[in-house]
Amino acid sequence: MSSPNGDVALEVKGLKKHFPIRQGVVFKTTVGQVKAVDGVDLTLRKGETLGVVGESGCGKSTLAKLLVGLETATEGSISVRGEDVTKLGRAGMRRLRRNVQMVFQDPYTSLNPRMTVGDIIGEPFEIHTDVVPKTGRRKAVQDLLDVVGLNPDHINRYPHQFSGGQRQRIGIARALALKPEILICDEPVSALDVSIQAQVINLLEELQDELGLSYVFIAHDLSVVRHIADRVAVMYLGKIAELGTEDEIYEAPMHPYTQALLSAVPVPDPTLRGLRDEIVLEGDVPSPANPPSGCRFRTRCWKATEKCAAEEPLLQIRAGAPHPNACHYAAPRDVVHAVE
Amino acid sequence: MTEVKVKSEILPDADPMATLLRVEDLRVEFHTRDGIAKAVNGASFSVDNGETLAIVGESGSGKSVTSQAIMGILESPPAKVAGGRVLFRNVDLLTLSKERARRVRGNHVAMVFQDALSALNPVWTVGFQLSELFRQHRGMSKKDAMKRSLELLDLVKIPAAAQRLREYPHQFSGGMRQRVMIAMALALDPDLLIADEPTTALDVTVQAQIMRLLKEIQLERNMGLILITHDLGVVADVADKISVMYAGRIVEQAPVLDTFATPAHPYTKALLKSIPRLDTKGQRLEIIKGLPPVLTDLPPGCNFAPRCAYAQEICTRELPLLATVAADRAAACHFSSEVIRDV
Amino acid sequence: MSDANLQVAAATAPKTQKQRGLWSDAFHDLRKRPTVIISSFVILVILLIAFFPGLFNFHDQNVKYCDLGLTRGAPSGQHWFGFDEFGCDYYAQAIYGAGPSIQLAVIVVTVTIIIGGFMGVLAGFYGGWVDAIFSRVVDVFNSIPFLLGAVMLLTMFRDVQVPLIGGRLQAIIPAAITLIIFGWTSTMRLIRASVIESRGLDYVQAARSLGASDMRIMFRHILPNAMAPVVSLIPLSIASMISVEATLSFIGLGVRAPEITWGMMISSGAPYFTSGFPRLLIVPSAFLIATVLSFVLLGDAIRDALDPKLR
Repeated sequence: MSSPNGDVALEVKGLKKHFPIRQGVVFKTTVGQVKAVDGVDLTLRKGETLGVVGESGCGKSTLAKLLVGLETATEGSISVRGEDVTKLGRAGMRRLRRNVQMVFQDPYTSLNPRMTVGDIIGEPFEIHTDVVPKTGRRKAVQDLLDVVGLNPDHINRYPHQFSGGQRQRIGIARALALKPEILICDEPVSALDVSIQAQVINLLEELQDELGLSYVFIAHDLSVVRHIADRVAVMYLGKIAELGTEDEIYEAPMHPYTQALLSAVPVPDPTLRGLRDEIVLEGDVPSPANPPSGCRFRTRCWKATEKCAAEEPLLQIRAGAPHPNACHYAAPRDVVHAVE
Repeated sequence: MTEVKVKSEILPDADPMATLLRVEDLRVEFHTRDGIAKAVNGASFSVDNGETLAIVGESGSGKSVTSQAIMGILESPPAKVAGGRVLFRNVDLLTLSKERARRVRGNHVAMVFQDALSALNPVWTVGFQLSELFRQHRGMSKKDAMKRSLELLDLVKIPAAAQRLREYPHQFSGGMRQRVMIAMALALDPDLLIADEPTTALDVTVQAQIMRLLKEIQLERNMGLILITHDLGVVADVADKISVMYAGRIVEQAPVLDTFATPAHPYTKALLKSIPRLDTKGQRLEIIKGLPPVLTDLPPGCNFAPRCAYAQEICTRELPLLATVAADRAAACHFSSEVIRDV
Repeated sequence: MSDANLQVAAATAPKTQKQRGLWSDAFHDLRKRPTVIISSFVILVILLIAFFPGLFNFHDQNVKYCDLGLTRGAPSGQHWFGFDEFGCDYYAQAIYGAGPSIQLAVIVVTVTIIIGGFMGVLAGFYGGWVDAIFSRVVDVFNSIPFLLGAVMLLTMFRDVQVPLIGGRLQAIIPAAITLIIFGWTSTMRLIRASVIESRGLDYVQAARSLGASDMRIMFRHILPNAMAPVVSLIPLSIASMISVEATLSFIGLGVRAPEITWGMMISSGAPYFTSGFPRLLIVPSAFLIATVLSFVLLGDAIRDALDPKLR
């Protein structure tokens, strides 16, 4: 893990993405909104890894797409190097793309099966012709293959000739082609075998040190996130519930949802069986089209009171904790280690 | 065709004193375009009532194929059971007639799959699918079958069960669907439940709920539970004993505490060292170099040797057999005592 | 395939030294199958007959030479299939009859793929109002019953001459245009569905996130993927066009005289089936069935081979 030097690489303010729900056969009318991302503020410092965790429906995948420009924000701003990219035209978007790239989750669908690996990694050079002159492209691709730990001689092979872990490396090589500063990693190891995950995680860490990259690391596996992230944001139904350093979040989580989430993650140590603080959440996650009033988590929260329904808790510093959370009754609780 | 009303008619030769399930030297082959893949290459293990056995492995390990072979639901072709015995209370399930085997499924051995959406029929209501089981296998009337179905949904803690009986699978969330699948598996009171990656596709909070439910039910009914998974955290939480599979073979077998504390096989050891833990930070993740095995082209000697930190010349020549290394513990490695000793 | 099968399949992925794309993989697969070999051979022969009928004119039969005196004559060494009711050599008729049918089928299939492909890709890729408009157009065309519409159109323009083209094409074009008008919608739908499915694929998203233009995404990423189901349907479409043409010719509306097609031969030969000259029906029917069957078998095999088993 590297030490951030204070420079801000990416800043997100008040980001919202609402998907309209349409009905009708010939003429469609909008009958509601799916509030996938509903007001997110984040800062990513240069050289650091920001982990974003949450369960299905929390909006982290949508957030990833917004950061990379695959979706346009309904509201709010995303600033890269101080420039608000939500206001950009085509030329601006091209500049954004050079700086922010994405590593996709599924190594089996993120590579075009009909293109050679050389074509796949070289495509960024064909789109942004000014990065590498034509004569140097083959070498550049081979260098990238080398950087991610693959054999440069395999440049003419097809994706199906590689294993899952190798394909993921190809995806990473492709993302690095334009020399971005920021990589958005959307569940980069979830689809890989356990013994291969460590290889790719280590690779990402090495690359971060060597190339000075900043990562937004989105995942549902909290153990992986703890390992690689410097700071962590916990999302629930489109909003951030808690945001802090890895130490703060895992050792002293303040928000009930964070606590419930962490307590549910099993630890590969049978001696801890039955010794950890168990929090059982009942019920299902509410629909993002119809989130509860006030605090969104109140329908499943054991601390909920009328205040929680009436007044939405904002993400802010509370109760003497060093990091912000969004709960009226925030209090630290150790759910990761055995309780005496 | 007479439907069975009483379970004991299905397997009259079953010995109620014998071990619930004992698998001996199971071998399953797949005939693929590129040759014969030895998906399961000699697996032996056992489960008893009230016990939870976790079969751990990654893709290509053969764990799912093993469970499907026990259930008798392998697609053959391309799969073919090439040898071994699956003894359910001393009755070899592999030798049963198709009709008998069909009745054993559900009544004695049941399975829960990873993807509930594809295991449930989307065009019938959940109530219909559940009650069908009772009508078919127990000859119950529609009314009685529905009543039992309602009880089952309550058992798996689905709220507003009466209403939900009338709904379709797609109207349930992922976790709820999984509960329905568990309900269906338990409908006919099986003695053994096989859960093949039951929570892999679920959110972690839902996963915790489902695993808790499975354990509760197992306790209540004194069922045997075989849990197939790659998640060592889940294994640590619920398993009594573990069988670790690699390239179609069982490479380590031991009670859960022993396996985690002092693994006896290099693969197990390497696996444990490569997974990040929730309660530690800044650890170094050790990688297992190399690639998963290609089942049509296994190297001679030990299958794990190309990736093994302990490998020596003998490992590429001689296949280590699963041998006892301590009380209740077995490992397939020439150097298991070293592996146990090393920290 | 069940999960377990998929895992086993993945674990047996060949680490071959050869670089093989999906297409050549399929080709290698197909090469070995007997049905494919036989159908391809038959199709090759038929295509040769269609485009180079002179090659098969072993005894110098002249298609135009008809001697009424030889009407319904029996087969002989020189005249393998005998004569038809006008005394024309039947073998020559069958040989020369291949051309118009096949050429018609090929023209129709090619043009429907171009039109349907163009509209399908645009509709599928852009969605929104583009899709809405194109899909409604398709709906309108689809609501006209195929055979009825085709028959009506051909009857109305039965004697109309299309300016500036001569001979063979003149005979084929009206039928071709009609079949295209009523045939493009199914290709459009197929391609549109395929494009919509491809649109959401990760590698398309990846290309977008790299800044690829719409054109690039359509041609480099989506089209090759979307074309796969269409490619496997080409032989089947050709087969059905041949059959449809035969039907239309049977009722006198297909390819125009003086060209001959198998459909026409069937039409004129049918009445003689029970009155002592069954070969007048059997010969063209046999050619027709053999051709259609070969295309169908080949199309089936291609479709199966292109189905990605290993991803």
